[in-house]
Amino acid sequence: MAEIVIKTEGLSFAYDDEEGTSPAILENFDLEIEKGAFVALLGHNGSGKSTLAKLLNLILTPTSGSIYLFGEKIDEENMTEDDLYALRRRVGMVFQNPDNQLVATIVEEDVAFGPENLGVPPAEIRERVDKALELVGMTQYARHSPHQLSGGQKQRVAIAGIIACDPEIVIFDESTAMLDPIGRAEVLETIEKLNQNNGTTVILITHYMEEAARADRVIVIDDGKKLLDGTPKEVFSQTKILRSAGLDVPQTTLLLQELAEAGYDLPNDALTPEEGARALAAILSEKEKNK
Amino acid sequence: MLKDITLGQFFPGNSVIHKLDPRIKIIACISYIVGIFLCKSAVSYALMLVSALLLVLISRLPVKTVLKSIKPILLVLLFTAVLNIFWHSGETVLFSFWRITVYMEGVISAIYMVLRIVSLVIGTSVILTYTTSPIALTDAIERLLSPLRFIKVPVHEFAMMMTIALRFIPTLIEETDKIMNAQKARGSDFSSGSIVARAKALVPVLVPLFISSFRRADELAVAMECRCYRGGEGRTRMTRLHLAARDFVFMLFIAVFIAAVVLINIYMPFFVV
Repeated sequence: MAEIVIKTEGLSFAYDDEEGTSPAILENFDLEIEKGAFVALLGHNGSGKSTLAKLLNLILTPTSGSIYLFGEKIDEENMTEDDLYALRRRVGMVFQNPDNQLVATIVEEDVAFGPENLGVPPAEIRERVDKALELVGMTQYARHSPHQLSGGQKQRVAIAGIIACDPEIVIFDESTAMLDPIGRAEVLETIEKLNQNNGTTVILITHYMEEAARADRVIVIDDGKKLLDGTPKEVFSQTKILRSAGLDVPQTTLLLQELAEAGYDLPNDALTPEEGARALAAILSEKEKNK
Repeated sequence: MLKDITLGQFFPGNSVIHKLDPRIKIIACISYIVGIFLCKSAVSYALMLVSALLLVLISRLPVKTVLKSIKPILLVLLFTAVLNIFWHSGETVLFSFWRITVYMEGVISAIYMVLRIVSLVIGTSVILTYTTSPIALTDAIERLLSPLRFIKVPVHEFAMMMTIALRFIPTLIEETDKIMNAQKARGSDFSSGSIVARAKALVPVLVPLFISSFRRADELAVAMECRCYRGGEGRTRMTRLHLAARDFVFMLFIAVFIAAVVLINIYMPFFVV
């Protein structure tokens, strides 16, 4: 069994307002994520998924409960700022708006920003920047200015900036939400590459079912609680629970389920249009034979 | 409409001056200004003009563009000339009427002043603003001023602010355009009416722009923290600036210019006023 890199126990969080009675955003959240996993966190707006990400990145401090990163318990009171920064380097985070993450006026300078902050020697920074830009496929834009790039390209530069810090876990906080379909496809491809080629643990926070379906494991959050947890096929076959959480199942799954309810013998675990088409083709050819 | 705003007046190019180390350019520019102010003799002013012309030629910038840089200061030139002609006293009277007397020295001094300002503008714009990107300039300022951090001057923070400002100018221009269009769609009129009415029409543009800038700043701060930014301490840089032979040659050129000006002032003091 692989090493557990993220573990939370009874994690709860509420924003302090003046009366101190704001509703809990996360409640008793238990989570274990293995090294090298590709996990999608799925939930509608305000379900607490972004708060969870900020807790894992140590930007927010939990109200109660504990977080373990790389087997080490996070205890902010007894940790120096240096310890916090060291952990933050190992857990990278890519945000929603690509414009508000880029600092420098030249792409490669921006990618170098992280390693520069870490005090990496210049020659190694150069190496890391080139490698990161190559992984996200932006090498030819190295000398461009960010405002000349499309949304998807900017987001890939932001990912390169995180990769250059050499993190072991990367959290994507709705990183595709502001992009057009082409940009979204580019970014998702980059995320998959990061997970498969670099072995980086990826947590993808999203409300797009199609994106969550590409992960190894899907966790559905609703009102700060874990609702479902399993492989995409296991999760998306629970149509009723998903609907109650304000989520839609992928259209392919929905179509096949409705057909199954109408009496056709179809599997209910097909997620992509291709899988759906194959399943439909199978029963159609069987019908041909029966004629 | 707002897209036309160019930042600084940088003209990308491949000339020797473009390739100079930006730190050297700043030092050379200041030295050149000192050289210009040392001029006294007519011969040294001639040398000054020749050197400015030489700089333009080396930079391979279009002469028209360089001359354009003088346009905004024409009024200043005229004012300086008039002031010098009528208020400068001397010995050789050219002509006088009513209470005004114009002296030969006044005319010479006016010509010197005008030449000096023109060379100053051409020199600084060719050495610095036209041939150095704003990023290189910020970087050079940070490195040149870095010794000041020992007396607690926040040099790195200042440079970081400059970089972020430069980075976000195009983004904010784009956003302003978007908001203006949105307000136009709601019936705002930005282009007619009195100046006061037009200024008032801009308020509904500025308010959303301010709010979104604050949100951007907040998000950027979190993103920077996630990339382990903690100020200038312990930071390294990817690009290191190296002085090349051309940097030394250029500094030598400026040094020769200053030395020549000083020697000319001593040995050929023609028409000194």
